[in-house]
Amino acid sequence: MSNWNDPASGFHPWSASDYLPRPKLAELQLQRLRSTVTLAYTRVEHFRKRMTERGLAPDDIGSLADLARLPFTVKADLRDTYPFGLFACPMEEIVRLHASSGTTGRPIVVAYTQADIEVWKEVMVRAFASFGVHRGDIIQNAYGYGLFTGGLGAHYGGEALGATVIPISGGNTDRQIMLMQDFGSTVICCTPSYFLHLVERAQEEKIDFSRMRVGVFGAEPWSEAMRQRIQKDTAIRGYDIYGLSEVIGPGVGAECVQQAGLHLYEDHFFPEIIDPATGQVLPEGAEGELVLTTLSKQAMPMIRYRTRDVTTLVAEPCACGRTLRRIKRIERRSDDMFIIRGVNVFPSQVETALLKVEGTLPHYAIVLTREKGLDDIEVQVEVTPEIFSDKMRAMETLHRNLGHALEQVLGIRAKVTLVEPRTLARSEGKAKRVLDKRTI
Amino acid sequence: MEVAQVSVFLENRSGGLVEVIDVLAKHGIDMKALSLADMADFGILRLIVDDPETTRRVLKEAGFTADKTRVVAVEVPDRPGGLGETLHALRRNGINVEYMYSAARRKGESAIIIFRFDEIGRALDALRGAGVTVLDRFDPL
Repeated sequence: MSNWNDPASGFHPWSASDYLPRPKLAELQLQRLRSTVTLAYTRVEHFRKRMTERGLAPDDIGSLADLARLPFTVKADLRDTYPFGLFACPMEEIVRLHASSGTTGRPIVVAYTQADIEVWKEVMVRAFASFGVHRGDIIQNAYGYGLFTGGLGAHYGGEALGATVIPISGGNTDRQIMLMQDFGSTVICCTPSYFLHLVERAQEEKIDFSRMRVGVFGAEPWSEAMRQRIQKDTAIRGYDIYGLSEVIGPGVGAECVQQAGLHLYEDHFFPEIIDPATGQVLPEGAEGELVLTTLSKQAMPMIRYRTRDVTTLVAEPCACGRTLRRIKRIERRSDDMFIIRGVNVFPSQVETALLKVEGTLPHYAIVLTREKGLDDIEVQVEVTPEIFSDKMRAMETLHRNLGHALEQVLGIRAKVTLVEPRTLARSEGKAKRVLDKRTI
Repeated sequence: MEVAQVSVFLENRSGGLVEVIDVLAKHGIDMKALSLADMADFGILRLIVDDPETTRRVLKEAGFTADKTRVVAVEVPDRPGGLGETLHALRRNGINVEYMYSAARRKGESAIIIFRFDEIGRALDALRGAGVTVLDRFDPL
């Protein structure tokens, strides 16, 4: 048996598709795109209607560039056709349904045939392999199991890879820490904010988790500064994974050991970058909204789905040798930006500012208020034992430094409030960081 | 000798202090000295208790950030000018007082003063050199 702890030994035969020569990949993409458009057009009324309105038929797709002629699909289309309106297969062929929480209204439903499940499994295996995870690894899967795609996506991928999967699901921090120690988990899958929470608890209780070497972090935006912090405090290498239920779930893209962007599994998902305001496709290298088209999905093909995630497509070859293009780490969404006093602000900017002030763990909340027509931004920062001092002078300095760092990054003044740990809700899933109390 | 002080971070909102006091009462923790330093938005509560580690733990479990700090407890004669002798001794030795407060109770004819120094070793030397009574443990009558 080779050395299990050598990340370089991680290889899986399915990873071979990561290294396809670009011309061969493009040929495969066009062939699959044409089948997908034909499937959507013939089986899904919604897509047929949208194309007919524009005088388009599947035969109009003669090249990959022709994709830009097709209309976008947005989240509202999934809600409006709830529950089964976008399915391209009869229920007899559908083996799985997942759904979103529907926090902003009706939930959305996504479907999979057995072939779709196999594709999902394949891309997750390729993602784990690119993190250096392999047979013999013990994967503690703390993504939520159930309607959310995170848990089962990582689960099936981990098993197909040949690793040992602990289906612990999210939450229950004490049990997470106990199994981490007793089972000697070498890999953890969870949201980055929940991981910080776990590390904090494990360190308090002096739990040894030195066997853990890989963190698979996704389902919410996180920053490079957060990774540096994780890698400095622990022996864990943290990798970003990308995905969304509307497209397949986790496994649309993943970092490799270079930690320099996420390779998209372009043989299954075709990426475009657009200007979120005009919908125009942007030239390579420009920052914009990621739009994805599925190339092999059967149950629910997705044509030009607007992800609302803001990123840049990187075409330069990666040092790892994969030919798949990369997207830059997604730190913000085109819709979680807020505008305050005419300035665009993203929560990730607030995070950058907080991390600049040494010793501040990113437990924070942003509260937006409006008084007499004037918007105000308040950033509540939790006072942890690391930054707490019994000296008033030190606390005042901390308070002032946080204010300065925020003003520098945001370009506007923000009120900083230091709060007790119990004031901010701990995230055990996706962190809700912005509280908009403004009434217009 | 040094005495352990427990410091607690407090948001400045109504009822904040009483919540800390309630946690201590629930666990039967007796406060021997306390001081509250406050700014517009937040405050720091400093406490001298018998078992600082337990106090820190129960406060943490209740969701407060608390920390232990080493401070110095001295006995000063409870009469006009009693404190001055101690402060003069510190000044003669160029020692800064970060903050200080008096204990809730007296010990016989003496008052007890808690000092926080950055240079605790030098401070102890200066106090002892000047014949100030430094308490080994905090145990007022």
